[in-house]
This record gives sequence, C-alpha cells and structure tokens, in this order.
Amino acid sequence: MINIELIQKTAESLMAKAAIEIPDDYLTGLQKAANDEDGDLSSFVLEAMLENYVAAKEDRRAMCGDTGCPRWYVKMGNEAQIDGGPIALEAALRRATANATKSVPLRPNRVHPLWRTDHDNNVGIGAPEIEYGFEPDGNWIDLVTVHKGGLFGTDYRMLFPSDGIEGIKRFYLDSLVAFGKRGLACQPAIIGIGLGGSKDSCMVLGKRAACLRMVGDRNPDPKIAALEDEFKELGNNIGMGAMGFVGKSMVIDCNIEVGYCHTGGMQMSVHAFCLSSRRAVARIYDDGRVEFRTDPAWFTDYQRRETVEW
Amino acid sequence: MVKDNKPRKIRLSANPTAEALADLRIGDIVYLDGTVYTAREGVYKRVLEDGIAMPMDLPADSAANFHCSPAATQHDDGSFDLGAVTATASFRFSKWIGPWLAASGAKLIIGKGGMSSKDYREHFVPHGAIYLTTVGYGTGALLGRGVKQVSNLHWKKELGLAQAMWVLDVENFGPFIVESDLDGNSLFERENARISASLDKVYEGTRPAVLKRFGETDDRSDEMI
Ligand code: SF4
Repeated sequence: MINIELIQKTAESLMAKAAIEIPDDYLTGLQKAANDEDGDLSSFVLEAMLENYVAAKEDRRAMCGDTGCPRWYVKMGNEAQIDGGPIALEAALRRATANATKSVPLRPNRVHPLWRTDHDNNVGIGAPEIEYGFEPDGNWIDLVTVHKGGLFGTDYRMLFPSDGIEGIKRFYLDSLVAFGKRGLACQPAIIGIGLGGSKDSCMVLGKRAACLRMVGDRNPDPKIAALEDEFKELGNNIGMGAMGFVGKSMVIDCNIEVGYCHTGGMQMSVHAFCLSSRRAVARIYDDGRVEFRTDPAWFTDYQRRETVEW
Repeated sequence: MVKDNKPRKIRLSANPTAEALADLRIGDIVYLDGTVYTAREGVYKRVLEDGIAMPMDLPADSAANFHCSPAATQHDDGSFDLGAVTATASFRFSKWIGPWLAASGAKLIIGKGGMSSKDYREHFVPHGAIYLTTVGYGTGALLGRGVKQVSNLHWKKELGLAQAMWVLDVENFGPFIVESDLDGNSLFERENARISASLDKVYEGTRPAVLKRFGETDDRSDEMI
C-alpha cells in the first residue's frame, strides 16, 4: 500500500523541482544551441536564459514568472495500491498543487474561463489536469508534473492522406513561423507532433511528445525517427532564433508520436515546450522508497500498445 | 563561433529623461533602477473604462508600466514573498495603450513581444514613450533578483493577485531589449523583414493543405476545398 501522505509530500517537492530546476536534457540542448548560434541578439537571449537557470537554482526561485499550467501524469504499476484509492490520490495532487503555489511561490494562473474566478492557487474546475497510464507489473506509482507554458505555439489541423509529407511539413513550418515571430512561442522549444488518432487523441499525443519525451531520444520506428531528425533540422534552418530575431535556434528537439487514425484522415497537432521546459518525476514504491528523476519514461512499448494483443 | 556586434548595455532610470530615451537605439540592452508598477487589462479597464482614480501618483512615482503578473504571495501579516517575474504579451492591450499613456504619463512600457509599429507611431511617439521587451521570455529568476522589494500592492481584493497593481522597487533590473525608439521603429518588425526575405526557400518542397480554413481566405462565401 502506498502511503497517501508520502504521495502528497513528494508531489509538493516535485512542483518545486519542476519550477526551479531546468532538466539536464533540455539544458544540454540549449547549451549546444547557444554555441552554434551566431545571430547577435539571439545569442544574447540564449546566454541570458543560461544565466537565468543558474540564478533560479542559486536563489531557489522559479525560473519563469509564468507558471504556465501545472498538470499531472500518473503512471501506476499493475500491482500498485494506493492508501485511500484513486480518489485520495487526486485530492492529494490538488492539495500539493495549491500548497506549492503558495510555498515556492508560483504564479496563480488558473481562472474560470468566463467569470475569471481565481482561487490564487492553480486549482479549480478540471485544474490541474490529471492523466493516467498503467504499466504491467510493478508495485510503484510514477508522478510526473509538467508546468506547460505557452498560450502560443500549439495548433491542430485535419490533414488528409493526399496532403502527404509535403502537407505535414507545411503545417509544421506554418506553426513555427507564425508563433515564432516576436518569440511568442518562447523558442527554442521542444516541438512535439501528434499524427493520427482522432482530434482529441492527436492533441494528447502531440503534447505528450513535447512534454514527456527526452531531448535526444527517438521514436522506435526508424522512419519516424528519421523524420524527427529532418524536422529538427528544418526548424533550425528557418533563419529565425530566440525571440524571433535572426538566428538558427528554433528547435531543441522534435518528437513525433503517432496513433492509428480514420482511413480518410491524417490529423496533425504541433506543440511547443518552451524555454522553461519544466518537468519533474518521482517513483514511489509501496515500501516507502522515493526516487526522483527528470525522464518521465512515459512512452514504453506498453504505452504505445505495441505489446498488447488483440 | 565568433560573436561580434555584441549589443550595448545601458543602465536607465525608471523615470528617464527625454535625453536618456533619445539616446537609446533599438536592440540596446537596458537595466532599470527606480520604481516600476504592473498594470494590465484589469487595471486598464478600472481606470480607463470605469473611471476609478489611480491609487498612485503617476508618473511622479513611476514612469515604467510593466505588463506582468509576478509569481508572488502575500502572507497574512501583509509581507510579500516574490519569486520570479515574467512579462505577459502586450499586443492584447493595444486598445487601451493610447489613453493609458495619456493618463499615466508612462515613458516606458515593458512587456513581452512588443506592439505594432502602428501603435508606436500613433500612441508612443506623441507621448515620448518607448517599449522595452523582456528577454527569453523566461528570464523570470534574473528579473526577480532585480526586485529590491515590493513597496505596495494595490487592488488585490478587487482584481486578484494576477491583475493587481504591484509596485516594485528595482535595481539593475533586467535585462530588457529596446524594442521601439522615439521615432516609433520596431526591432521585431526589422527582424521579421530580414527573416521573411528567405522564407520562400525554406518552404520549398511543402504544399498548402488540401482543405483550407477561414483565415486563409477572408471571403466567407468561398469553398474550402
Ligand atoms: S512560454 Fe514558457 S518561458 Fe515563455 S513565458 Fe510562458 S512559461 Fe515562461
């Protein structure tokens, strides 16, 4: 049985870690981009960002004043049991989100869409989002928090088989160029692309591709992996860098996830995980052990349903 | 990689003189000293549409309006805990900016992403104001370091923490980039023009979507196929 107080305490420290400590994989990617960048203003921006990550850790303050939307991905081993069940788990994650908003502090971003009611704690109707996945075996639970920024940088489009790769590329470039101007997407970003599924699952796939995969990893399908490389290159050759200044740092990495779709369609979504690519992960075992990491390790063969029979 | 043409770095008062502003060029890096305040749509609506008197003496107290909601908490004893500070996108405030510059006497509008050069020419230039953009835009921790103290918080009850008017005493607060000058030139528009020149080549080997959307045509009687 996994202790519910331990879940809440761990969730609170994850909120702080995500807000303050830039994950190593993104940091390494940005350092590389900063070395390669030759646009004078873009270079200045990237250097300032690198200083900013250091300042955040030294002062233990949030790296970005905009908390974005904190959300949770929960993955459970098939044998895991939670003290109080999933209802207690959700309450613990909501409490942790509210408490951390005050203690870090984070910006209370979440308001009612119409009445703009603000509880000043990032909790409300459907907020934070809590999504679930399961894994065969295992008596642990993985808590992943992502603080996803960016009102800009995300788009969805229903393409068709006849749009082909040329159409996919067009929509990809359109998204980067449109939201990259003036740096609205806070690039360079981890770009996640969802292909197929249905409209909602396509958005979910793309967001997870941006937020739950590591910089440098590749889709297990070698042809999709090659597309990821090609798209990263393409994005960095637009001629645009940080803040939309002349430069070549748009994309720290491009991750693509796919799902089977309707035979007549080819849904596509594009998501940008910004300069504050905030994610933090912990695995809690039923014997009370807690292991922190930054790799969500979300996309296993099981999550892609590669290993599930029919 | 050789990085020549490093941008100039300048310390500027949050109540700058006209001469100091005239000396700035787009692309300069600026660090501020003095007092800045946050005001965005909540404050603009209250002052400009509801006609409620401002809680500060502007521009005497400060000539620097920051489009921002800080990551901060006010404790029960009234003290503040301010962490990171990041701007919010300014283009959404276009409809209020002219009247606001007139009412507040602001000389510095600080935010994310700038506004259009049309806004600069029509509203900023006549008031002798310029636009400073934050950097990144995620440099919240660096900006947080530049805040010496929260000296006041107005309209917290009326507008909530995010929309309230935060008054911040700052020192070496930055970096910011000069986005518009006193003539109304925009750095972002200059950069956009340079990038656009080679976009056609980038788009080679792509093609428009089979099914169009409104926005790609403005004629609502058009077919989308
Ligand atoms: S998009 Fe990211 S870096 Fe930019 S302001 Fe939002 S959270 Fe910060």
